[in-house]
Amino acid sequence: MKTRAILSVLGEDRVGIVAAVSNALAAAGANIEDIRQTILSGVFSMTMLVTVDEEACAFEDVQAHLTAVAKELGLQITLQREDVFAFMHRV
Amino acid sequence: MLQITPEEIAETLTMVTQQHLDIRTVTLGVSLKECASGDVDTLATRVYDRLTTVAEHLVPTCEAIAREFGIPIINKRISVTPIAEIVAGARGDLTPVAEAMDRAAKEVGVDFIGGFSALVHKGIGQADRQVIDSMPSALATTDRVCASVNVASTRAGINMDAVMLMAETVKATAAATADRDGIGCAKLVVFCNMVEDNPFMAGAVHGSGEADVVVNVGISGPGVVNAVVRSLPEDADLTAVAEAIKATSFKITRAGELVAREAARRLGVAMGIVDLSLAPTPADGDSVAEILEAIGVGRVGGPGTTTALALLNDAIKKGGAMGTSSIGGLSGAFIPVSEDSGMVRAVECGALTLEKLEAMMSVCSVGLDMIAIPGDTPAETIAAIISDACAIGVINSKTTAARLIPVPGRVVGDHVSFGGLLGAAPVMAVNGWAGTRLVRRGGRVPAPLSSLRN
Repeated sequence: MKTRAILSVLGEDRVGIVAAVSNALAAAGANIEDIRQTILSGVFSMTMLVTVDEEACAFEDVQAHLTAVAKELGLQITLQREDVFAFMHRV
Repeated sequence: MLQITPEEIAETLTMVTQQHLDIRTVTLGVSLKECASGDVDTLATRVYDRLTTVAEHLVPTCEAIAREFGIPIINKRISVTPIAEIVAGARGDLTPVAEAMDRAAKEVGVDFIGGFSALVHKGIGQADRQVIDSMPSALATTDRVCASVNVASTRAGINMDAVMLMAETVKATAAATADRDGIGCAKLVVFCNMVEDNPFMAGAVHGSGEADVVVNVGISGPGVVNAVVRSLPEDADLTAVAEAIKATSFKITRAGELVAREAARRLGVAMGIVDLSLAPTPADGDSVAEILEAIGVGRVGGPGTTTALALLNDAIKKGGAMGTSSIGGLSGAFIPVSEDSGMVRAVECGALTLEKLEAMMSVCSVGLDMIAIPGDTPAETIAAIISDACAIGVINSKTTAARLIPVPGRVVGDHVSFGGLLGAAPVMAVNGWAGTRLVRRGGRVPAPLSSLRN
């Protein structure tokens, strides 16, 4: 089952954030569909639309991979199913 | 392509991380009709077996949904067929049935189970009386079982005999749990116009008009609404305030709708309702009282409070009605005292009294909720307070309720703590000029003319 999900990353800017996040996603078999990234007053902010292949890697395992990256780089990373945003922000 | 803007994503994350957005409860409604038995022990065994089978996957399923959607689900609960309806001639004390419910709740990991209940708004049957008589013992010996009794309805009027019986039961329950400040009464609610699909405790039951098993969801979000109102300009007019609350309510309700659909799908049961009630917690900022103060009341309980609450309650419904086509349960703002730090503050400074809470009850749901009163309050006075709550519900065709805790040995101004979500509260003063003779008359207050609608 392919599940669309939103990945948000927030934290102090440093070298290698995009690489680490992308690597974690690739290792979990999750595909990146779209990326928006910006830096505001030194704060790194990135939003990704990803497709998680739950047959290759369960949703909570993908989350676990990303939690490891978040810990290592001191970032806040969340991965949530896309439906929650569509439900809350679209009539 | 990303259909959602980064700002919208950030807004949702802020709601969860800073404004206490959560799903307050996913409540599995379970019919126990098939458990009916004329023998108490058989009944208890059947209830335990049925609950541990049907609700086995409830908690892990909710935990997975919360993780994947990034919205916490605080409580997982069960509501059941009112026990009086499945007694089927069994005689004697029904505490073993409550104990079976408690064991099952602990086994499947839910924090409360509601439905040790009876509906007696027109008359008290043998089974109803057994359930009510068992309540003090059942609530004292169990941790997670909640009890409720419907004593009035718009179609039947107020059964004053039942009101008096429940006042005595409240006193007896307080006495049975005197060593824990009468906590049994925090799990006992007396209703007018009880609903069949309420997911919130202590009044949740699974009504006779429901399917065998359903998922009902109670949303939350006082913190989110509070933050939105506080972010408005000081001079925003009331239409703008209502508009902002309405838009926020839509978003919160959608989160509830999504969780309800998903939980029902994964559990393979019917989706029941989404309850729009704003339910406060003792956490700072997660307070309905603080919303009313943000709207412009000096301190909740002061003049203007009823207006602000009416505006809030109405705006929540309007936004929620766009968010789900399955509105149900109580769906009005809750104004419990001990569970809302803003309410507690208002009581402590003298702004909020029992009489003002009664007025507030007329424009929102439930009403006299989680109120600690002096332990020596006479049963007749408690009955009169309950009957006033019922009168408002009967005449206005709405649900009202009383969850009063006459704390043994405590007097006005003492502070009592019930722990967890039940919170802590000062003991409130009770008007000493009660309608003692009124409630002792017994009988029934007839249904109002407005009930004749056919």
